[in-house]
Amino acid sequence: MGASHTRTEPNEFQDLMDKTGFSVEQIKNLRKRFLQLSGNEETISRENLDSIPALANNPLKKEIINAIFDKRNQHESEVGSFQEIGFEQFLMVMSHFRPPTLKTTPEEKEALRKEKLRFLFNMHDTDNDGTITLDEYRKVVEDLLSKSGAIEPATAKGIADAAMLEVASTNVPHMAPDEFYEGITFEHFEQILKGLEMETRMHIRFLDVGTATMRCGRSTS
Amino acid sequence: MPSGTGSLHPAGTGRRLPERGLLLLVVLVLLEGSVLPLGAAGSPDVTPPEHGGGHKASDPGHNFTKKAFPVLSLDYHHIQLPFEIALWVLLASLMKLGFHLIPRLSSIVPESCLLIVVGLLVGGLIKLAGEEVPPLLDSKLFFLILLPPIILDAGYFLPIRPFMENLGTILMFAVVGTLWNAFFIGGLLYGVCQIQPEHSSLHAIELLPCLLFGSIISAVDPVAVLAVFEEIHINELLHILVFGESLLNDAVTVVLYHLFEEYTAAGTVTVVDCILGMISFLVVALGGVLVGAIYGFLAALTSRFTSHVRVIEPLFVFVYSYMAYLSAEMFHLSGIMALIACGAVMRPYMEANISHKSHTTIKYFLKMWSSVSETLIFIFLGVATVDGPHYWNWTFVTVTVVLCLVARVIGVVGLTFIINKFRIVKLTTKDQFIIAYGGLRGAIAFSLGFLLDSELFPMRKMFLTAIITVIFFTVFVQGMTIKPLVELLAVKKKQEAKRTINEEIHTQFLDHLLTGIEDICGHYGHHHWKDKLNRFNKKYVKKFLIAGERSKEPQLIAFYHKMEMKQAIELVESGGGVKMPAAVPSTVSMQNIQPKKPPAPKTGDRAMPALPKGREEEIRKILRSNLQRTRQRLRSYNRHTLVIDPFEDGLSDLLIKKHKMIELEKKIKQMNNYLTVPAAPPDSPTMCRARLASGRNTDFTPAQQQKGNRAGADPQAYSMKPESGSVPSIQVDLASPQSPDSVNVMDEFRRAKREEEDEEQGLMMKPPHGQSGPSKTGEPQKMTRCLSDPGPSADEEEDEPFLP
Repeated sequence: MGASHTRTEPNEFQDLMDKTGFSVEQIKNLRKRFLQLSGNEETISRENLDSIPALANNPLKKEIINAIFDKRNQHESEVGSFQEIGFEQFLMVMSHFRPPTLKTTPEEKEALRKEKLRFLFNMHDTDNDGTITLDEYRKVVEDLLSKSGAIEPATAKGIADAAMLEVASTNVPHMAPDEFYEGITFEHFEQILKGLEMETRMHIRFLDVGTATMRCGRSTS
Repeated sequence: MPSGTGSLHPAGTGRRLPERGLLLLVVLVLLEGSVLPLGAAGSPDVTPPEHGGGHKASDPGHNFTKKAFPVLSLDYHHIQLPFEIALWVLLASLMKLGFHLIPRLSSIVPESCLLIVVGLLVGGLIKLAGEEVPPLLDSKLFFLILLPPIILDAGYFLPIRPFMENLGTILMFAVVGTLWNAFFIGGLLYGVCQIQPEHSSLHAIELLPCLLFGSIISAVDPVAVLAVFEEIHINELLHILVFGESLLNDAVTVVLYHLFEEYTAAGTVTVVDCILGMISFLVVALGGVLVGAIYGFLAALTSRFTSHVRVIEPLFVFVYSYMAYLSAEMFHLSGIMALIACGAVMRPYMEANISHKSHTTIKYFLKMWSSVSETLIFIFLGVATVDGPHYWNWTFVTVTVVLCLVARVIGVVGLTFIINKFRIVKLTTKDQFIIAYGGLRGAIAFSLGFLLDSELFPMRKMFLTAIITVIFFTVFVQGMTIKPLVELLAVKKKQEAKRTINEEIHTQFLDHLLTGIEDICGHYGHHHWKDKLNRFNKKYVKKFLIAGERSKEPQLIAFYHKMEMKQAIELVESGGGVKMPAAVPSTVSMQNIQPKKPPAPKTGDRAMPALPKGREEEIRKILRSNLQRTRQRLRSYNRHTLVIDPFEDGLSDLLIKKHKMIELEKKIKQMNNYLTVPAAPPDSPTMCRARLASGRNTDFTPAQQQKGNRAGADPQAYSMKPESGSVPSIQVDLASPQSPDSVNVMDEFRRAKREEEDEEQGLMMKPPHGQSGPSKTGEPQKMTRCLSDPGPSADEEEDEPFLP
């Protein structure tokens, strides 16, 4: 706990800024929020997030919390999930939601897109076998509809099935009747969400986003 | 006249079809030219013809006993006005038709330009005939009749999501940008006028008229923007930015116009006036939105109760929005904003309440009206140009055009610089260029100019000339070059692909995810408030405005139903499921993605070729039960009750079913291979007969006789000749739950195919095909039923043999 004071120094953030691309102010803001959530602890636990009142109505609450504690979202090749995460891990997860800037090159944009899609894919692919199976997809749709009143389970199932069928038919147009489409691979996932322009949509406005984040990081260094 | 034909001809040389189209046009132009002179004499005033007509009518009354009863009499004045209106509309539509017959021409020149040219020609003809040109683009006609359909079309189909996401930017361009343009153009024009020599007419122009002129000329015109942008297929962001600006700047234009008009009359401006002007702007804009929202809300509420009188559903959309527009205009509020708000507010609730057919009707009516209006506006613009009193002043006109361009560029670049500080998705230089270049002026400016009082504004003629020049410049030069420029700059285009269900799922997923992440970050931003609003909407508003169960239906499910519906229709139209619609050109079926396949049906399927007889029996049984069920649900058709729409009844698992059908189709093909006879196409005459007789391979006449007791069993499956189109409709009248329209459409499709196939193998059909026939009837049969009235409980059992 004493360490938290030394961590708040700007040059301590330098490392985090390089890693995540956030600006000092954004990191400070997130740090404040992090401490608020954890009750001034160094780490944050599932219970801490569970108790956020605004999340209570979110149909994807469980998925979101899982994603935050997912080791796959730490830009490292680890798998599994944390029980508790520190501020750095928290920032890493949040960095998936950074918007592209005017200076982002097309290649960077493509990478950003892949990264964002990977985040979504990981949210669906709960068992980390590289494919989203029909059961996993059904679960997602069910959760998605869970807060919209009484929905017959068959409807959710139907939607998931239709969606799966669509993926299968766009990616593997010709299948023999006895072939089996195991699930959505990341490539297929990328393919079907091509139209969504993830790189420009999957972001939130972190406070103080006005100063383009990457540039800010460099100018202070 | 020869000049008209001469200028139209080169484009279509050497082509039959275009030439025929052109011939039509020329004939029409001739007709127009010859009829209008007749009518033009009386057209400025409506009363004389009526008077004359009355006079004529009273004459025979006096001489009643003496004169013979006139067998044929000519009374043109009696019908003059509606006849001329109809003629103009016909001319407009035929012109539109004509241009699209010449693909080469319409790919180079935007339609709007061509229409203006046509207008110029027609106007020229009228002038040549020495007649008075009717005041076609008169402000009343324009603002009360021609403009609303276009705006309603735009408002009702406004892509809300991108619009709301970019609302800040749009408002910035619409309000600040238009203000900047108005004052920059007005101010500099005044400056230019002042440096002219003393004796010139320009020197006498004061500042206020200049500003008024600036405010008229600075507004980007939605009609022109729509006409051009629809052809260049630019990406959604740019489209909504330019188009949104053109819609929302209406409030600014209205206020500035009235403000300056008022001040010009009064002569002085005080600070208080400026403040009042600003307040007036807020009132005009927000008042317009409020009026529109109220009417939209009322329309939504009304549509909640229309389920018994489906035929008038579409009318509510039109009438309520028109009332909103008129009410707003009554208070000099922004009618355009009211229409947009009305359309946008009512649409989600309307769509949930009304039937699928009504929705299609609304769509087509709006598109039809708006495109006719648009065509007329451009033609009238041309006519008015020829007609209008002109005063050409080189300095004034050139300076205006240059200032318009400069002001637009500076405005866009300057505003983007500020906006980009707040935007997450920044506007690139290319985007800025297109936004600046897309700032087309149009008929609204002209109509406003036309509205000016010539006593108050002695330079009205010059203003009108300048306005027309700017319109022509933007529509012709910018409108024609923007397409090549878009391609040259490789600006991102709109994706043509339809929305897939995966995209829809992930759009929703993303919404919730981002809201969740925002909540975790403790930052209540855009997504947070949107989520709150959505929840409020779902909890209270929807319940109040949407009838029945559908109020609780989440967006995703609604989307899913819509998609199913579309595919089901495509499937039926494509003829029963063998040929899949292009949307899903694959052989992948549910079987391929089903994780665990229960063995029973599978082995059954596999064994099918070996025992086709038993299988066939089974299928036949299912079909019979189907028929019975269908018949139970039959209802009589009457003019005021449209058929129960499948869309409302919820096609919960139609898509899956459809795939099952395809699968079945495949299996039948396999089976046919084993039977060693060529597979009969499902639409062949044999199949039809088989379908009709449901198993018994009867021939034509018995089938017809049987119709009595089998009435409505399969109305769409039976028609041999195009002339027999009435047969299915008669059946429908008896019992079918489908409307004659839909049946006829399906028949059209089937008939076309059947005739082809008739030629190929009409006589080769032998009884053996009958064996596979009944099994095939399953597909269309089932489709018909699903389309008309799906019963979930019934479907479940019937589907079991094929796939659980």
